[in-house]
Amino acid sequence: MKLRVAMARHAAILIAALVLTLGLGNDPARAEFGDIVMNQYSDAAGIRPVVFPHWFHRVRFSCKTCHSDLGIKFKTGGNEMTMAKVMDGLYCGACHDGKMAWTVENCDLCHTGKSGTPTQTHENTIQRLPGSSGAGVGKR
Amino acid sequence: MTRIIAFASLIAIVLTGTSPELWAQTSAAAAQPATGANSFNRLFRPPPRGNLPPAEDGIHDPSSPGTRQLQFPLEAFGPLQKSNTGNRVDWTAALQTKKIQLRWDVSKPDAKPEPLDLNIVREVKGSTPDVVFSHARHGELLDCANCHPTIFEAKKGANPMSMASLALGQSCGVCHGRVAFPNAECRLCHSRAKGAAATAAAAKIGAKK
Repeated sequence: MKLRVAMARHAAILIAALVLTLGLGNDPARAEFGDIVMNQYSDAAGIRPVVFPHWFHRVRFSCKTCHSDLGIKFKTGGNEMTMAKVMDGLYCGACHDGKMAWTVENCDLCHTGKSGTPTQTHENTIQRLPGSSGAGVGKR
Repeated sequence: MTRIIAFASLIAIVLTGTSPELWAQTSAAAAQPATGANSFNRLFRPPPRGNLPPAEDGIHDPSSPGTRQLQFPLEAFGPLQKSNTGNRVDWTAALQTKKIQLRWDVSKPDAKPEPLDLNIVREVKGSTPDVVFSHARHGELLDCANCHPTIFEAKKGANPMSMASLALGQSCGVCHGRVAFPNAECRLCHSRAKGAAATAAAAKIGAKK
């Protein structure tokens, strides 16, 4: 009888442990610090939003190359980047030309975000304030 | 039988990758969950897990054919110096030791930055160490016009700021807490300890209140 009680207790602990650990695995998004989701136009156009990995570009370029030479503003959602402009060689299109980096024909390599993900800079301080919508679009 | 179940619990913990410390924290959190405003920590402590493969990070769509072709962050970060926040990479150290070599100009591949060698010291309240801003470090990455005059007027005392305004994305917070190292790294900016006299005076004022 004692054994059965002990077993039940251990089983309860085991279940609690599993629920907790699985719960941790399901926490919201855990993308890289600085990853940018761009969804100003994508959802409406029926394509996945773009995920821009800041870290990947940071290994290779100074901030200046994009934020000065290419004129990309320091503002989440503040750059009206459309495919028409990118194909004309503006913004991403300055390097994603098939010579320095993959061409814009590789839609799936940039448009990798989950549909419905709001435009955001991931893990930014505004996103982590209490009551934040999760979008965390920075204000200036 | 009980031993078997206890062992199974242990295996479950190991398999799901939860460290004993984290385990203790989550148990405590489960007992007393912080909600709403009380969950906020102004130091913006880093989330417990980082550097996940794109397909598991919650914002990439695992069913997209492109997601599987993307580089894993840890693959790129392997040789770089580590840190405890942000991307878990010490970008400054990586740049200083030339483990990363950054292209400076889009049209001129060989152009090199010419940073200004000027430190700005911001004296801050109480016994908090003063902020030393290094133009040399920032100039390796940024053009003068990235910050001046829109974000900072190039004039001493003309740029009021607080940690709260930074957290809302103003001043240093335009980059720090978004892409550049996060606010949790207090001492990377607050790096110049006050003199013993100033610290004692601050303590005295604190005691009077």
